[in-house]
Amino acid sequence: MGGYIPSTHRERREMLSAIGLSSPEELFGQVPASIRYPEFSMEGGLSEMEVQREMEAMAAKNRVYESVFRGAGAYDHYIPAIVGAVTSKETFVTAYTPYQAEISQGILQSIFEYQTMICSLTGMDVSNASVYDGATAAAEAIHMCVDAKRRVALVSEGLHPMALQTVQTYADGADVVIRRIPLKDGATDLSALKSMLTDEIACVLLQSPNFYGQIENAQEIFAQAHANKSKAILSMNPIACALYRTPAELGADIAVGEGQPLGMPLSFGGPYLGFMATGSALMRKLPGRIVGQTTDLEGRRAFVLTLQAREQHIRREKALSNICSNQALCAMTAAVYLAAMGPEGLRGVAEACHAKAAYLREQLAAAGLEPVHGGEFFHEFLTQCPVAPEKLLDALKERGILGGLPLGEKILWCATEKNSRAEIDRLVAVVREVIA
Amino acid sequence: MKLLFERSRAGRGLSVLPPLDVPECPIEPSLRRRSALDLPEISEVDLSRHYSALEDRAYGVNDGFYPLGSCTMKYNPKINEKVAGLPGFLRLHPMAAPEDQQGAMEVYYRAGKCLEAITGMDRVTFQPAAGAHGELLGMLLIKAYHRDRDDAARRKMLVPDSAHGTNPASAAMAGFEVVSIPSTQDGRVDLEKLKEAVGPDTAGLMLTNPNTLGIFDENILEITRIVHEAGGLNYYDGANLNAVMGVARPGDMGFDVVHLNLHKTFSTPHGGGGPGSGAVGVKAILQDFLPLRQVEKAEEGFRFVDPPKSVGAVKSFYGNFTVVVKALAYMLALGPEGVREAAEGAVLNANYLMRALEPGYTPAVSGPCMHEFVLTLEQLKRETGVSALDVAKGMIDRGMHPPTMYFPLIVHEALMLEPTETESRETLDQAAKAMLEILDQAHKDPEALKQAPITAPVRRLDEVKAARTPILKYTRE
Repeated sequence: MGGYIPSTHRERREMLSAIGLSSPEELFGQVPASIRYPEFSMEGGLSEMEVQREMEAMAAKNRVYESVFRGAGAYDHYIPAIVGAVTSKETFVTAYTPYQAEISQGILQSIFEYQTMICSLTGMDVSNASVYDGATAAAEAIHMCVDAKRRVALVSEGLHPMALQTVQTYADGADVVIRRIPLKDGATDLSALKSMLTDEIACVLLQSPNFYGQIENAQEIFAQAHANKSKAILSMNPIACALYRTPAELGADIAVGEGQPLGMPLSFGGPYLGFMATGSALMRKLPGRIVGQTTDLEGRRAFVLTLQAREQHIRREKALSNICSNQALCAMTAAVYLAAMGPEGLRGVAEACHAKAAYLREQLAAAGLEPVHGGEFFHEFLTQCPVAPEKLLDALKERGILGGLPLGEKILWCATEKNSRAEIDRLVAVVREVIA
Repeated sequence: MKLLFERSRAGRGLSVLPPLDVPECPIEPSLRRRSALDLPEISEVDLSRHYSALEDRAYGVNDGFYPLGSCTMKYNPKINEKVAGLPGFLRLHPMAAPEDQQGAMEVYYRAGKCLEAITGMDRVTFQPAAGAHGELLGMLLIKAYHRDRDDAARRKMLVPDSAHGTNPASAAMAGFEVVSIPSTQDGRVDLEKLKEAVGPDTAGLMLTNPNTLGIFDENILEITRIVHEAGGLNYYDGANLNAVMGVARPGDMGFDVVHLNLHKTFSTPHGGGGPGSGAVGVKAILQDFLPLRQVEKAEEGFRFVDPPKSVGAVKSFYGNFTVVVKALAYMLALGPEGVREAAEGAVLNANYLMRALEPGYTPAVSGPCMHEFVLTLEQLKRETGVSALDVAKGMIDRGMHPPTMYFPLIVHEALMLEPTETESRETLDQAAKAMLEILDQAHKDPEALKQAPITAPVRRLDEVKAARTPILKYTRE
């Protein structure tokens, strides 16, 4: 009972009497009597062993698959053992935000290293210390671009549907208008975009590869945006950044994305990681914590939270964002993952993802699941399904395979470096059975 | 200490992936990345030792007393970490079919029921990822409520000047005009000023209770009534809920929406700045506006439903799930009595420590406190030149994490201490002794304190230089 309070009841009585009280109830004299000590019922009061059993019972009611061919915003990648070993270190797990720099150099340096790696991946100049996830990163990026005159953001319908929802919700709050750019053949429709670019457009937001796995023609789209004096925001899969042209090379002013593929387990959708990076021109508009390098009294290199004049604890209602806690431990996870993989390893992951997806796509097509789009793709693609998708997915489930995500009569498939050829062949055999 | 990049040697690395077992599939050359990918090339042993060295240069809850006010740095029970690592939670795909997710939905459902009981609210959502994120959602809910009643002219959000900075920032992000309400000297809401401020343009009030001075506002029922009568809603910033959980409920105080910091009150660790979880509880009048994907219990099992007038989503998926797993494990351990005992322990420890410091230090408000208290070192500064910052840095040399400094803004030379219930009497006695010694040193040798800390891995930092000439990433020489 109250299991984590070290002092005994006797000690507590002694402490009470040291402050001139005789019962714990007297500590709450300021609380109006009418609302003090209400009756309420909740479960609990269990021993540690019982807690473990309860939680294990709930975990056992979830179905975990050995073979996963579903992505749609959460990707099943291999996580090197070193990643968990580092991020479960007690001090990293239990420390607060590094306000006291002298005893927080370990956390601060790890964030500085993370910022450097995000800049390397995206080609941008400045990264923040993270935001909540890819969707909120996109929403915050739009906020960086709007001003008194330009209050409309154009957002591609190729964005993840939940990111679209999030961007819309944030925009509603800030009285910013979101207009959706339609897709054509699974990619953002350039001619539709051209007709939508007016002098009230603050920015254009794209995701590439987009929700349907297609690589967007970001360079051309961003050139159009810039010709209209609108900013360009690219949401990019961080692993794809190792292989494909970077947000900077494509002309983005702001790069954002969902960092989950960088060493974070699926975890039913979180905690994940929103990364945000930009060029030096927008540096002071970047929201959230940023770590900078400086020196201590003795001239040694040291790190500290910096550019805080942008933040809520200083600027209050004039702050760029309200963000305070972010996803620091997830940022460290990403940094350890990136260092463990190295440049060759990360490129290897990206190439394997693409090669496996290409093989899967080809084999599925041969089995009767025709690809819907013909454009370039990374590791996801949409196919037709001649039978009801549920029927196929149920058959896969019986063999311990999580198939692609059903989208109406179609299926969105994903392959990563974890899917072996044998696994893919097994999947395709089931598909053949069901379709035949 | 070297950076990872400075430990990098070309050609080094881990062997992680097997050889490719499908045909290679090079991408279109025009799509290929042009620039070199500059990531560290490092052996596993060097990588592992690098982070062990970084761990030595940080300070967590397990390294000692951590009385960081408003942050509730209580002990993080190990069983919570253990169960959050169960494969049934960690390896669950968020887009799996509902029948595959029943255990995870049950976690959300049961954690929601516990928090509804503790807060006296009707419904809880876990979508927000942190406290400030919960505040933003709360503001959006209030905005949607007024809009739905064709009362959108209510654009003013009242925020006391003692509030956390996130409050006004969150209100502004939701499009509200922030009106600062002056506090009385003890941080309570000035009732007369509040009455003057409310009107037909009032959307609501954001309040932390106990407030940031550690004082429970005994006029709370009157305050929430004034706002309600003016047509506004009351928002409860739950950052300080640890003081009153099980003892008083925001729902009974007259609040319509509340956010909780599971990473404070409900013992989930802070991770050096996140991930947290900013669960939000609402009264029935706001239920229809909650975010998409709320867990509901139906006959055939749990399912996600979209409330009819939902504000939308503040995040992908459902929330920082494994953080909620840890919080549920904590609540299952505590139960209703443990919850109350935790609050009592927190308030007892704070009052005990405040009393032990009184021979030398001056609380900003006289009389008993709740779970935290604020000292003002204004007099010390005047007499010796030693500031709140100097005292805080002196605490580092005595093995403690410093308190929150210079907050709330309405107190000069403020140090805010929150010991939490998980510290023993000996720890509090030692902390008080050390802080009184610092005071003694401030009078005898103030220059020495201005040099503190001297035992930390680095000395005081040049923060002005960091901001003036920002170096925000490593660049190879």
